[in-house]
Amino acid sequence: MALTDGSLTSIKGFLRTLSPVDQVGADARAAMLATRSIKTASKRWAIDMAISMIDLTTLEGADTEGKVKAICNKAIRPDPSDATVPHVGAICVYNDMVSIARTHLDASGGHDIPVAAVSTAFPSGRASLEVKERDTKDAIANGATEIDMVIDRGAFLSGDLEKVFSEIVYIKSICEGKAHLKVILETGELVTYDNVRKASFLAMAAGADFIKTSTGKISPAATAPVVLVMLEAVRDYYQMTGQRIGVKPAGGIRTTKDAIKQLVLVKETAGDEWLNPELFRIGASALLNDLLMQRKKLTSGHYEGPNYVTLD
Amino acid sequence: MTFEYSSAPESKAIVTIDPVYKLYIGGKFVAPKSGKTFTTINPATEEVLAKIGYAEKADVDKAVKAAQAALKIWSKMAPAERGKYLYRIARIMQERAREFAVLETMDNGKPIRETRDVDVPLAAAHFFYHAGWADKLDYAGVGTNPKPYGVVGQIIPWNFPLLMLAWKIAPALATGNTVVLKPAETTPLTAMLFAQVCEQAELPAGVVNIVTGDGATGAAIVNHPDISKIAFTGSTDVGKLIARSVAGTGKGLTLELGGKGANIVFEDAPIDETVEGIVNGIFFNQGHVCCAGSRLLVQENIQDELLEKLKRRMELIRLGDPLDKNTDIGAINSREQLNKITELSNSGDTEGAERFSASCAIPSKGFWFPPTIFTGVTQAHRIATEEIFGPVLSVISFRTPQEAIEKANNTPYGLSAGIWTDKGSRILWTAKHLRAGVVWANTFNKFDPASPFGGYKESGWGREGGRHGLSAYLKGAK
Repeated sequence: MALTDGSLTSIKGFLRTLSPVDQVGADARAAMLATRSIKTASKRWAIDMAISMIDLTTLEGADTEGKVKAICNKAIRPDPSDATVPHVGAICVYNDMVSIARTHLDASGGHDIPVAAVSTAFPSGRASLEVKERDTKDAIANGATEIDMVIDRGAFLSGDLEKVFSEIVYIKSICEGKAHLKVILETGELVTYDNVRKASFLAMAAGADFIKTSTGKISPAATAPVVLVMLEAVRDYYQMTGQRIGVKPAGGIRTTKDAIKQLVLVKETAGDEWLNPELFRIGASALLNDLLMQRKKLTSGHYEGPNYVTLD
Repeated sequence: MTFEYSSAPESKAIVTIDPVYKLYIGGKFVAPKSGKTFTTINPATEEVLAKIGYAEKADVDKAVKAAQAALKIWSKMAPAERGKYLYRIARIMQERAREFAVLETMDNGKPIRETRDVDVPLAAAHFFYHAGWADKLDYAGVGTNPKPYGVVGQIIPWNFPLLMLAWKIAPALATGNTVVLKPAETTPLTAMLFAQVCEQAELPAGVVNIVTGDGATGAAIVNHPDISKIAFTGSTDVGKLIARSVAGTGKGLTLELGGKGANIVFEDAPIDETVEGIVNGIFFNQGHVCCAGSRLLVQENIQDELLEKLKRRMELIRLGDPLDKNTDIGAINSREQLNKITELSNSGDTEGAERFSASCAIPSKGFWFPPTIFTGVTQAHRIATEEIFGPVLSVISFRTPQEAIEKANNTPYGLSAGIWTDKGSRILWTAKHLRAGVVWANTFNKFDPASPFGGYKESGWGREGGRHGLSAYLKGAK
């Protein structure tokens, strides 16, 4: 079922049917869910689930081949001393690192770990559609099976929803059958929850497989209320279309506590169906080590400290 | 495997419950003259928590005498000094917050999340707020040099035992009155802990007296000739009885009684936050809230969508051990109240409304009622007019704002109402036409000591909290 034909009138008409978001209420709900107390068996389950949901990310200008290989090793065996630790959800890198990551993963037993590429002139998206197209095709050709594209926030805020929509549709057509498409809304630039809800629906209607909060280059990023609003959007979209769209918070999730709060948001908003790496990912780098330390603590009863997890 | 929350109970170790509690009169814990006691139980487990002294007329008399004696010191004390005592009480309550929260949860059945995050912090906030007023009463807007009533009798309910105690005692003390307070029969324990706080704060003896008992104890307070003012929170039936007793005696009277609050949802409401507000409005504190949003008035064109979302949300409500930090809805306070909720709900079935209850498991021991809504309710149904005081919501639809107002106001009560819409002008228009003491817009059950609280019509007389609440404890402050 198509919710809109992509014309400005149609998109506007469709977005107008969406319920508004009350900021105070959304903040209060997210704050309440943050008080859930997750202990013992449920904590252990959550830690392993969070590890398997991580898009282990390095998106620095200073990235090197060695760094990318190192995080690939970490992705496959997050804790070399404990084989029961699951591998992460994916590796997320810049375009030119895709083939390095793919080759290294394949050579090291990480066949089943996908490589995600940030694409479409990430993080700003300020490039022509031709450049975005080349960028995406290049990433796929090099072995990326997940594409993290950015929306044109300038167009969104100025009301040129047709442009935002058609770009997603176009990138989706390139990805079709080859790669999963994650659409980054950059919620820190959209600012209001109403905008987050609208952009979420716009992206889903245009063909996103995932909606993602942020590039990680803008603050605030994946705040709890923003993730809440996006989870409500995917839940409502499923009610409308029968199609489950994934959610990926990225940026600012650094501790086990943060990650567990995200899982609580998922469980009590979109529901248990979303609690798997097919439908929920966490874009992070430092988070993994904290999860590993907490996991060890649950097993041994004491903290081993940061010297006992690998820095990459 | 799915994500199940392991149990996360708050430890009971922090509270010490005495086997027997005496009355707190004249700064001492004294046994009731008759030696009689009654028991208080944990409604979640039905286990007996303690024996409580039963105060009769002679004990109330003694308490009033102690309060009269203390009045000479307390009402003459420099107001700033009075304020210091209130600050001290507030700080001690904060320091002992966890103790209060656990004890309240055990005695009342409400979830620890609520006692920890709402009841206890708000109770302390009431003392802080009124402490600040103690030496500024000339500026309370009731004329210069206002005077206290004298000895005030205060009778409080079981739904927010400590918070209602704070609502009563804090303004009374700030304005220079002394107090004889009776906590509810089923929830006396936090009041007795508060008596210990008064001792710890070295409050002069007799300023606060706490007499435990039942309706007869309350009647002895209401009819005592040396009490100058009665403040009561509870049912409308008892409120009417008190009003009759007090009529013509010259006693001051404030009543905070029942309600049947309308939560009005317009078509442009922020729907997910509205669902949260509805849940908070009726399932907060097991629905044992006089200002609960117990009637949902929803615009007909969004009714189906809203109810679908509400039902889905209700399935997520976690009912169970009140001491578990993840529990959303706890135990019904007493068997008597459970019977009343059950009886009224059954009338909903027989009168033709359609019941939906969350499918949560009900513990085998204790008193429980699942979150429930009734659809297809008309204004003529008992569940649409009578206060259920439990987790039961009656859903009624409307088509125009005028119809919403008519239905919302069509009740003998007038305590609270909620408005859900994205349109500011509609909030103002609706609030202007609602006959209710508190109107919340795009939120519900929010309380603050600075905000006056009270009802229209049979929901009560007078206000508590804010400047308006102060005037209820000051003579010549009409």
